[in-house]
Amino acid sequence: MDVLIYLIPIALLLGLFGLAAFLWSLKTGQYDDLEGAKWRILQDDDLPERKGPKQSGNRPSQ
Amino acid sequence: MTVHERDWQSFVVPGKDGALHMDLAVEGVTCAACMMEIERGLGALAGVRNARLNLTSHRLAVDWEAGEASPQAIVDRLSRLGYTAHPFDPAQVRDRTDGQGRELLRSLAVAGFAGMNIMLLSVSVWSGNASDITPETRDFFHWLSALIALPAAAYAGRPFFRSAFSAIRARRLNMDVPIVIGVFLALALSVGQTIERADHAYYESAVMLLFFLLIGRYLDHGMRRKTRSFAENIAALKADTAARLMPGGEVREVPLSKVSPGDRVLVRAGERVPLDGVVEEGASEIDQSLVTGETALKAIRAGEPVYAGTLNASGSLTVKVTAASGGTLLDEVNRLLETAAQAKSAYVRLADRAAGLYAPVVHLAAGLTFAGWLISGAGWQPALVIAISVLIITCPCALGLAIPAVQVVTSGLMFRAGVLLNAGDAIERLASVDTIVFDKTGTLTLASPEFVNPGEIANVVLDKAGRLALSSRHPLAQALARASRADTPYAGCREVAGGGVSAIDGSGREIRLGSAAFCGIDQAAVDRALARFPAASAIVFRDGTGETHILPVEQRLREDARETAASLREAGYFLEILSGDREGPVAAIAEALGIQAWKAGLTPTEKIARLEQLKAAGHKVLMVGDGLNDAPALAAANVSLSPVTAVHVSQAASDAVFLGERLRPVSDALAIARRAHGAMVQNLWISALYNVVAVPFAVAGFVTPLIAALAMSGSSIVVTANALRLRLGSAQAGDRG
Repeated sequence: MDVLIYLIPIALLLGLFGLAAFLWSLKTGQYDDLEGAKWRILQDDDLPERKGPKQSGNRPSQ
Repeated sequence: MTVHERDWQSFVVPGKDGALHMDLAVEGVTCAACMMEIERGLGALAGVRNARLNLTSHRLAVDWEAGEASPQAIVDRLSRLGYTAHPFDPAQVRDRTDGQGRELLRSLAVAGFAGMNIMLLSVSVWSGNASDITPETRDFFHWLSALIALPAAAYAGRPFFRSAFSAIRARRLNMDVPIVIGVFLALALSVGQTIERADHAYYESAVMLLFFLLIGRYLDHGMRRKTRSFAENIAALKADTAARLMPGGEVREVPLSKVSPGDRVLVRAGERVPLDGVVEEGASEIDQSLVTGETALKAIRAGEPVYAGTLNASGSLTVKVTAASGGTLLDEVNRLLETAAQAKSAYVRLADRAAGLYAPVVHLAAGLTFAGWLISGAGWQPALVIAISVLIITCPCALGLAIPAVQVVTSGLMFRAGVLLNAGDAIERLASVDTIVFDKTGTLTLASPEFVNPGEIANVVLDKAGRLALSSRHPLAQALARASRADTPYAGCREVAGGGVSAIDGSGREIRLGSAAFCGIDQAAVDRALARFPAASAIVFRDGTGETHILPVEQRLREDARETAASLREAGYFLEILSGDREGPVAAIAEALGIQAWKAGLTPTEKIARLEQLKAAGHKVLMVGDGLNDAPALAAANVSLSPVTAVHVSQAASDAVFLGERLRPVSDALAIARRAHGAMVQNLWISALYNVVAVPFAVAGFVTPLIAALAMSGSSIVVTANALRLRLGSAQAGDRG
């Protein structure tokens, strides 16, 4: 079972990557608005919309 | 308030890259579609760089190019979309980034990572101990576990260490002391066992304990944060302002932070003094109890100082500001949230006492267990392990967490329903109510600024009456002031509770505005004049020459008053209306709402007498009312509610205030309080049962440290989850925003 000497530290290192990723997501403020984050997934604002002149009070109807 | 000139500069802060930034509390957000609508609608405004709505706290952060857009345009666009928005005073907004929550999450992440990896190694060791693990492998795993556990526990345990040390320094024991001792002992014992190359170590118990406890703490923190942010939203909605007198004598509403020393402000009867100052004109009595604790009223004349936070009882004052210091509603709300509210509740006192006794009892029990097992022949290591289990499992977190958890969630739910609690034990008292007494004017009705006969009143009369009305906060007077569009108040007005307001006009004669009796005419004359408008309320104006004018103001019912009354009746409450107004309007409203019991034309003492009558008959009475008339009655009922349009005096006397133009918050508050009371009782039972069952098990040696850790944190989480369950039930009640 000598292989354990380096397999286990490798497993721990991978776990550390996961921890680092979580801490990064925390730092960039992804937990500040969990309700909003749920719903922004469904937003279509990355689709190219029909561009018209900017009008006030007009919502593009979809 | 009658004037709405808002000074925007005080709400705007510089943003990134030369943009301007503002935070707003938005009312009326009910779902995700609202969020998208708002962001899209604002994003389409020229000059707006970024608009982001936080759906959890209902706050909007807007960035725009200086000069290309304006705060007023943004608020106008929002109101056209259908949402009311109120800007936050930047000096008042607490840290936007929630540092404490992030620290908890970081500790949670580290404890989770460490705990899971140590479990990986521990489970291998446990199964290997039963089969064929070699001592070298076991030692390797133990040392690795030590390497992971010690730094992780040192990092993730910081919240607990800090709390325990500060308690010990204050010579108290709190819930975190047994936890810290347990973790420390478990780790120390494990290191000792590892050095001696023994079979068992307990690293996973210590770290998993921290992990689960941190989950509980994070949930708790999340609850409190949500409640606090709703409270801040409400404070923004109420827009802490002062009525500043401009050089020409007009009065303008400005936020408190924009009033500088040397400015003159008008403090009406019943209002809180916004800032420290010296009285320039007027005479009144001041209630200083909020500041000094003295409940006797102190007479105040020109030249004497007044302090921020005190209540002006009877006459309007012109105050020259000497210091722009605080005493704002938000400070009060936060204070309520953190200390005073909790201290008064009977359940909280019970839980505090139990938690205070518990820590010494826990340590004693652990010590006795250790001694007992040692004496009965076990080695010192097994005895120590059992003692550690006892120490860990008997943590009183469940008891100390049970009531505060429910209180915090309930406050949050109340805020969301538009109700602000003023007293810590209001929840229990609301839960036991069976009779509801309503006032009419301003509570069941909203005074609309329309006269039923506008053409029949001379303009000069209207102007004078309007100017006098500016000094009163009675809803009828406010309606009159709005309708007449007056903006220059008379100096030195005096208000008489239940009567009206009087002043000396420019030509030295006394003018009066108020009830018929106050203006010296009898009720029959008023009834005659209003024969054409049976449902209107009358406000009478007597000008200097002794001529009286009867001004009828129509009142409209709050739009959901009928449904609310019906739902309250269905829920089994007895409803009654007690009003000081004429019979005509009261009868009409009682009929519209389907309320059989009503009395009209009551004086304040008569209202109190009726309340005492109901209480003597064994009923628990909730009084809903506003206006100077009702302040004593509010204090006489078992529990009281005021609409936020009420004078500050009534707000101070009532146990809770509710916002907005609907009556629904009343029934929501009662429903929430009943469920909260149920949850409190359940939590107390859960905590008691858990301790009664778990401790004997641990003392008898049936529990390992790991199981103790799981059990103890499990009970904390169950109690917190039970409190959070309240929120699930209310989700259907609809978000008021």
